[in-house]
Amino acid sequence: MEKVRLIQGNEACVEGALAAGCTFFAGYPITPSSEIAELMAFHLPRHDGVFIQMEDEIGSIAAIIGASIAGKKAMTATSGPGFSLMQENLGFAAMAEIPIVIVNVQRGGPSTGRPTAPAQGDVMQTRWGTHGDHPIVVYSPTSVQETFELTVQSFNVAEMLRTPVILLSDEVIAHMRERFQYPENVTVIDRKRPKKDEKEYLPYKDDGSGIPPMADFGTGYRYHITGLIHDESGYPSEDPEIQRKLLERLMGKTERYKDEITLIDEYFTDDMNVVVVSYGCSFRSAIHAVKTLRKEGIKAGCIKLKSLWPFPKETITKISEGVKGIVVPELNFEQIASEIRKYVDVPVKGVNRYDGSVIRPFEIEKTVRGLL
Amino acid sequence: MDRFEFRLAGSGGQGLILAGVIIAEAAVMEGKNAVQTQSYGAASRGGSSMSEVVISDGEIDFPEALNPDVFLSMTQQSYELYYKEVKEDGIIVVDSDLVKDVKDTEVKVVNVPITRIARDVGKAIVANIVAIGVLTSLTNVVDKEIVEKAVLARVPKGTEILNRKALQAGFESVR
Repeated sequence: MEKVRLIQGNEACVEGALAAGCTFFAGYPITPSSEIAELMAFHLPRHDGVFIQMEDEIGSIAAIIGASIAGKKAMTATSGPGFSLMQENLGFAAMAEIPIVIVNVQRGGPSTGRPTAPAQGDVMQTRWGTHGDHPIVVYSPTSVQETFELTVQSFNVAEMLRTPVILLSDEVIAHMRERFQYPENVTVIDRKRPKKDEKEYLPYKDDGSGIPPMADFGTGYRYHITGLIHDESGYPSEDPEIQRKLLERLMGKTERYKDEITLIDEYFTDDMNVVVVSYGCSFRSAIHAVKTLRKEGIKAGCIKLKSLWPFPKETITKISEGVKGIVVPELNFEQIASEIRKYVDVPVKGVNRYDGSVIRPFEIEKTVRGLL
Repeated sequence: MDRFEFRLAGSGGQGLILAGVIIAEAAVMEGKNAVQTQSYGAASRGGSSMSEVVISDGEIDFPEALNPDVFLSMTQQSYELYYKEVKEDGIIVVDSDLVKDVKDTEVKVVNVPITRIARDVGKAIVANIVAIGVLTSLTNVVDKEIVEKAVLARVPKGTEILNRKALQAGFESVR
């Protein structure tokens, strides 16, 4: 067993990607994600992998899409400004069903914003940044150890669902150094491929699972890939029935497999009468506050959303039924708080900062007391 | 040990982020929990820079210092910014050549000419290592031998003798 080390969230992300089987990285370094590109450039050539520093973020996502079509597990890493440039091809990957992992280490925005300060302002962009209805899966780590775990999970779910997955980190978790222990067991999932003797391979034919097997380009299968609405062969179609079925299958992926996708941790929820729901770096403030409140005898609980999208609406509704209110600390203008309000009947209070500082636990404690 | 918090503040280029990393690494080598965070501007030199380390035997939830037990200040500006946040029974360590105007408060202040000591040892650039010596000697939160191991594991090859001397000078300056 490997010894305990003190490493950064970005380093744990790289270790997770390598453990998941990533062999291709294309990117354009940007603070606060640069360590990921730097370490990938170091490690991938030593693991028979490929690292390319691209001309920009549009090229970066295009390159990983190409690598994934050729059968590689591929990743890029960026921050808000680069993530904005990737939106067009993110939609393409969702439509063409190309598994890729995009790491977005959030910094202050909008635009070039504040490169070295933390923020959580890209939550809604990960959901709806690219146009058109599309499936998306987003994970948000709260520690260095969890960054490793959720990077592996991002690759596994991308492969399983044949769809892009976003690892949404933030400047605090990415740059923080803390104890990390390489796990003894890492579960790795590979995409489903067509059977060798399949003569009439149809790249978009549902085999009943909602996720068509994907052939590696360059291994004898010739097929068409497009961002246009397409039929089972991959060629464009204007048939309304084909369009309806395709979109229902794409949008249905995350609903059908939500139990495998969704990751939520609960703390002190058994007897709680008020709950703090949080994610990313703000969870660290939330759990500190909840433990302080517990010492005062206040029955506060805490929910950690490790997966943000698809949004766990049923869980949130269920949790809300036994509490007087929900407190949502986040480094933005209530992006998740407003999502929670859609599914609950109790008051939802945001604790929000957008000044480049993390939320202090006392700010959450004050809001919780105010609800009781 | 519950939470023990260090805050190291100064200007970019003084090596305070690395100093925080080394203290945290020493704590982890000892089997403790440690979290190191930092805040800095976009410039690599000049501008303000701050590094924080939280050490605990238990879990560390909030990763940044709330009320530092130890505050090291390497510029007057950083001193003014943070001296009020230090715990009542905490310690403020200042580089006495760089922080001249120290306020009269309840908190204990230790004056050490950290950068001058570094220069006397060989090079001003090892001021951060001198500072590690000062801080760990004053607090005993991490074992001195383990601190030395952590320093030597982090510094560039060929600079071990200089850095070991700097660390020792730091230890001795507050004996």
